[in-house]
Amino acid sequence: MDEPLLTIEDLAVRFPTEDGLVKAVDGVFLDVRPGEVVGVVGESGSGKSVTAMSVLGLIKRPGRITRGRIAFRGRNLLELSPRALRAVRGSEIAMVFQDPMTALNPVVPVGRQIAEAVRLHRRGLGRGAVRDRVLALLASVGVPNPEARYRQFPHEYSGGMRQRAMIAMAMANEPALLIADEPTTALDVTIQAQVLDLLRSARERSGAAAILITHDLGVIAELADRVAVMYAGRVVETGDVHAVFDAPRHPYTRGLMASRPRLESSPGELVAIPGSPPSLLAPPSGCPFHPRCPIAGDREPCRTSRPEPASVGAGHTTACHFHEELA
Amino acid sequence: MTTVHSPRVSRRSPARLALRRFLRNRMAVAGAVFLVLVVLLAACAPLIASHDPNAVDLAAFRRPPSGEHLLGTDSSGRDVFARLVYAGRVSLLVGLASALAAVIIGTLLGAVAGVVGGVTDTLIMRAADVVLSFPALVVVVVLAGILGPSAPMLVVVFAACNWPTACRVVRGLALGLREQEYVQASRAFGASRASIIARHIVPAVLAQVAVVGTLLVAQTILLEAVLSFLGLGVQAPQASWGNMLTDAQNLTLIRSMPWLWLPPGLAIALTVLAVNFVGDGLRDAVDPRGAR
Repeated sequence: MDEPLLTIEDLAVRFPTEDGLVKAVDGVFLDVRPGEVVGVVGESGSGKSVTAMSVLGLIKRPGRITRGRIAFRGRNLLELSPRALRAVRGSEIAMVFQDPMTALNPVVPVGRQIAEAVRLHRRGLGRGAVRDRVLALLASVGVPNPEARYRQFPHEYSGGMRQRAMIAMAMANEPALLIADEPTTALDVTIQAQVLDLLRSARERSGAAAILITHDLGVIAELADRVAVMYAGRVVETGDVHAVFDAPRHPYTRGLMASRPRLESSPGELVAIPGSPPSLLAPPSGCPFHPRCPIAGDREPCRTSRPEPASVGAGHTTACHFHEELA
Repeated sequence: MTTVHSPRVSRRSPARLALRRFLRNRMAVAGAVFLVLVVLLAACAPLIASHDPNAVDLAAFRRPPSGEHLLGTDSSGRDVFARLVYAGRVSLLVGLASALAAVIIGTLLGAVAGVVGGVTDTLIMRAADVVLSFPALVVVVVLAGILGPSAPMLVVVFAACNWPTACRVVRGLALGLREQEYVQASRAFGASRASIIARHIVPAVLAQVAVVGTLLVAQTILLEAVLSFLGLGVQAPQASWGNMLTDAQNLTLIRSMPWLWLPPGLAIALTVLAVNFVGDGLRDAVDPRGAR
């Protein structure tokens, strides 16, 4: 197997708040190999976005990375100088944001914003060369009439076009790793498929690896090679998409799979995971999922000790004391 | 945000929309026209004034307005009209230069304070507080004593005293802009703080800064007049609207020779009024929510 492009080891991120310390991410392990698409799923607040932002070193104050290592091409990103980190951002690792309306400056023409992304990492490039590059990028993401679109403001773009422009911006410097944080959540359902297709083709053309953050299992099944399921700031199950989706070995993943609405299910038959996500201020003792877990019952280890990831197949791990019962 | 504008409306840039709103404000347009006239008069002073503003003619002493001297002559027999237009140069220049300098310093410091935050922010804003707690008048009196009163000295002092106004406005806006997702996105693409300030913060605050700057111009013209009137600003024989009024400290003169003090007094009042109208017009144009 290839050397991982990105290795996240035991990452912990805390946010001090008035009510106490929020452990947004608490011991995340994640590998991304070159060219691979890793889907990260989980409920809101499970730490998906915070993990992604940590990779870019963009945790907002007063949040702080308190533990762990993020190795990218052998360098620990957490120890890089601000200057060295800026050289990585946008050039080797690029991000596609969730809402292209807010991620683009409303008073700057779209073309100029993409040009800025190009120029940040290619200082020597002349005006005309930058412009040509932007036009080529716009064309490559399927924005019709790039010449005219170059001068337009974000509000003159439709939602789908804006996200295309964002993807063009992310691909501007042919990054080795693309992080897409819920890239289709803010879009119409009809546009989602187009944007996913584009994301897939853009990624395949450049051979970039990707971290795809979403709460949409369908998107994961569609695009990802591997999946990491997050819950309460940790990865609870990870493995090949088919292996995990066909035979989930963590009760939370099971719950997620079961709660997907299906065509054949009749109205009113939606299955929900009982309870609500745990407070990250005072996470439950032991396994954070045990209060909502259908198999934990009153069993001792679930309440007292936090399960460590255990291997249940090739590259398939799960953090559950009783994963054998789910086999 | 939605995209339900008609294509025609959506094609207008924010700047053009602001210009339209400004042009709809009659007072602001009148103020702008008046200012353009004053600036033209001052700029073309040598062409307009038929007399040397500093030529002393003791034979023609406090003459009332006539064909020879449009606004009469002053206590040294100098042509008041010539002095008025030349004084306009000094007063406008001091006002503009010091407001511009104050706004540039204030914008940069405010943007840095807002974007960088932390200790830097605290230092800059406490410095601004200190400056604001100093009465400009006292500073000028002291500096005039040390450096000698002059127009450049006024510019420096006014700029040094007025930058906190712009700084506070810009910092406030920068704090909000910093949290915008497009600024985060820009950082994610590898932009440094300096380039974020240059590309996202400064352009976004320019409109508000223009408003602050305009109002500062009015304030500075007034302050310059006060100081020159007191003899601490622009020095004789160079004319400024303020020091032209010095001649009018005498009750008899005020009563019997209005051509000595009315023209510079009116020039100051009308110019300041016009600048304020323009400033208010800009404010409404820049912030559509504030306008009717």
